[in-house]
Amino acid sequence: MDKRIMSGNEALARGAFEGGVRVASAYPGTPSTEILEYIAESYKSHIYCEWAPNEKVAAEVVSGSSMAGARSICAQKHVGLNVAADPLFSIAYIGAKGSLVFIVADDPGCHSSQNEQDCRHFGRAAKIPVIEPSDSQECKDFMIEALDLSEKLDTPVLLRTTTRVAHSTGIVTLGERVEHPVKGYERNIRRNVVIPAHARLMHIEVEKRLKTLAEMGATSPLNRIEEGPDKSVGFITSGISYQYIKELLPNACILKLGLTWPLPEKLVRDFAARVGRVIVVEENEPFLENEIKALGIACEGRKYFPAVNEFNANIVAKGLKEAGVFKADFPTPRAISVKAKIPGRPPTLCPGCPHRGVFYTLRKLDVNVTGDIGCYTLGMMPPLSALHTCQNMGASISHAYGLEKAVGPEISKKTVAVIGDSTFLHSGITGLMNAVYNKSNITVMILDNRITAMTGHQQNPGTGHTLMGETATEVDLVALCKSIGVQNIATVDPLDAKAMLAALQSALATEGVSVLITKAPCALIIREKRDVYEVDPDVCVACGTCLKVGCVAISKTGEPHPKTRRLRSKIDPVLCVGCGFCAQVCPVSAIRKAPKEVK
Amino acid sequence: MTGVTNVLISGVGGQGTILASDILSEAALEAGFDVKKSEIHGMAQRGGTVVSQVRFGPKVYSPIIPEGDVHYFLAFELVESLRFVQNVRADGAILVNEQIIPSSTILAGLDEYPADPLEGVSSLVRELTVIPAAKAATELGNPRVANVILLGALAKRTGLPLDAFRNAIRRLVKPRFVDLNLKAFEKGLSY
Repeated sequence: MDKRIMSGNEALARGAFEGGVRVASAYPGTPSTEILEYIAESYKSHIYCEWAPNEKVAAEVVSGSSMAGARSICAQKHVGLNVAADPLFSIAYIGAKGSLVFIVADDPGCHSSQNEQDCRHFGRAAKIPVIEPSDSQECKDFMIEALDLSEKLDTPVLLRTTTRVAHSTGIVTLGERVEHPVKGYERNIRRNVVIPAHARLMHIEVEKRLKTLAEMGATSPLNRIEEGPDKSVGFITSGISYQYIKELLPNACILKLGLTWPLPEKLVRDFAARVGRVIVVEENEPFLENEIKALGIACEGRKYFPAVNEFNANIVAKGLKEAGVFKADFPTPRAISVKAKIPGRPPTLCPGCPHRGVFYTLRKLDVNVTGDIGCYTLGMMPPLSALHTCQNMGASISHAYGLEKAVGPEISKKTVAVIGDSTFLHSGITGLMNAVYNKSNITVMILDNRITAMTGHQQNPGTGHTLMGETATEVDLVALCKSIGVQNIATVDPLDAKAMLAALQSALATEGVSVLITKAPCALIIREKRDVYEVDPDVCVACGTCLKVGCVAISKTGEPHPKTRRLRSKIDPVLCVGCGFCAQVCPVSAIRKAPKEVK
Repeated sequence: MTGVTNVLISGVGGQGTILASDILSEAALEAGFDVKKSEIHGMAQRGGTVVSQVRFGPKVYSPIIPEGDVHYFLAFELVESLRFVQNVRADGAILVNEQIIPSSTILAGLDEYPADPLEGVSSLVRELTVIPAAKAATELGNPRVANVILLGALAKRTGLPLDAFRNAIRRLVKPRFVDLNLKAFEKGLSY
């Protein structure tokens, strides 16, 4: 049998392939992004795959392909499912003619997210099954199970991972693809039109389906009881938490749930009857615990474990010790310290990043900056510190607008909303439309770096390329803004310091909504080599202005200035990519292109 | 878990920590072990600390290493060797690349790079070895292979068969860089 090391995301892509998926759509979001990337890399001859402008569109696309009887999936991070929630709740009523799986990746610990939401709640709220794999092999196997279950019960299925499942690797045994031909589209008004009269009847079926699912849970291969010699305590767990229990107590009695919603009542009752105490182990939300308690079954859980941050074996060990069910020695962080003070190493804008020109200028003008989600959120980091709000995809524009409606139009003379190209297309357009419609004076900067950068360089409707590797029509941002009714639109190169400053001052001074598009490609997608820059030590006065651009290629490590003894700046020729922004801000023109032989 | 070896790899975005941990994982698989690896993507890629953890043994459950249970800590930068030192076992080893990469907070004047980062560290662990991997990689003709030099130094300590690493390098590295990386691996074995 072919065995491979795969991440959870890679295994989900493999499961989609083996399970006969035909259509896959997603908007990128950590930690779910690689699922579609792996599909594009390895399986695009069998699976049509695409980046949609946002998760709602992706969900609607796959509900359409499911209506046509094709096995279909969409994938998103947890907050992406908030965006896709509207279609999800109605698809739950319509059902899945072709299997339909919503993959959602939660991020306990907020490794790269704005919250720690637990998307199992969506399964309960939308009344659809929730499936939780706990390693890469299960990601592949459960993906196929989810597809089969979806078809069998005519329901969308929520397949939920977490960062440590999605981004951890394990050994996966591969199988063959099983083809599931597209059944074909047939008009069916009674089934596919959710008007109230239909929806009320559909809801009856949805409730019946939930009952069937709860009964199926007792015999589902997704759930299993692991017997152990010590029956005084039994653990109910799912997802990554299962691995921590096994790490600590490999022979414990465990009810491992893969199908966590609806709760398999009979199985839970049987298990609880076999063991003395029931302890539920789950990250973040006491989702299973509350449901088990609602059945009238005594159990414990949350009181031993934190509600905040992700688990690890140590945290679970501490909780189990508190519960009195784990007595073995287990490692803890050592109570040692080093003499040196450890400097922080937070993420920062890359050398050559075009956003640097934007935030340097915003800082210089000392304006309020309402921000958004992307690499440019790093504009909040010192020394730039020029981004003051960040909440959800698209909120920057409406934040600036909301400030204005509260405080008055004068605040818009010193307020700028910044939003990336991909984020603008995701959910900024409607906010901009609102600002124009409701007579605002805000200034919006669309930071168009020609790619969805933060998640690792995905194409979007503005880049001219698709996930399948084809060229595509690019959205014309200027024409788009114009059609909404924006009168004042300009485009500028953000790494041209003078032009950037003048354009921003002009936009702020103009009445009505202004849009300033800063157009320059992400430094990481520029292929041609540019000349790097260097500091002329004879000219540098060690004033430190260049350090304020916040580029990691520039440091205060040159020779000291003879009068002030302050250290001059130096540019690391390996890190510098030659954007030349620092040379433009140097007040004494000490930064110049390095002679080629120096490189 | 009994018989599980825990390797923590920490560096700065762009140093090749992920390739090193992938090669280690493949080598452990070829040696017949269960293996899991966990890493964090996203914000960490932009010049921040990048951490990768590899666990191998007869059976591995948790993909992340229990705190305080690291057997080998491979640090790709001097102060990065300090960041997780409390998680290294007293009988564990720290292998550290003799390279300084100032962080953005240092460049912004908010932090200082310590004058003697490794002061007192050798007394906390069984082994502390400083490896001039960045320098050795430049001598081999490409500073980017420092990661595989460090991996070589780790490989000979893990007890895994060295040919499993060489085979993994042949599978995972782009064909035109395989010879260079194999040379880097051999160089690493000398530390």
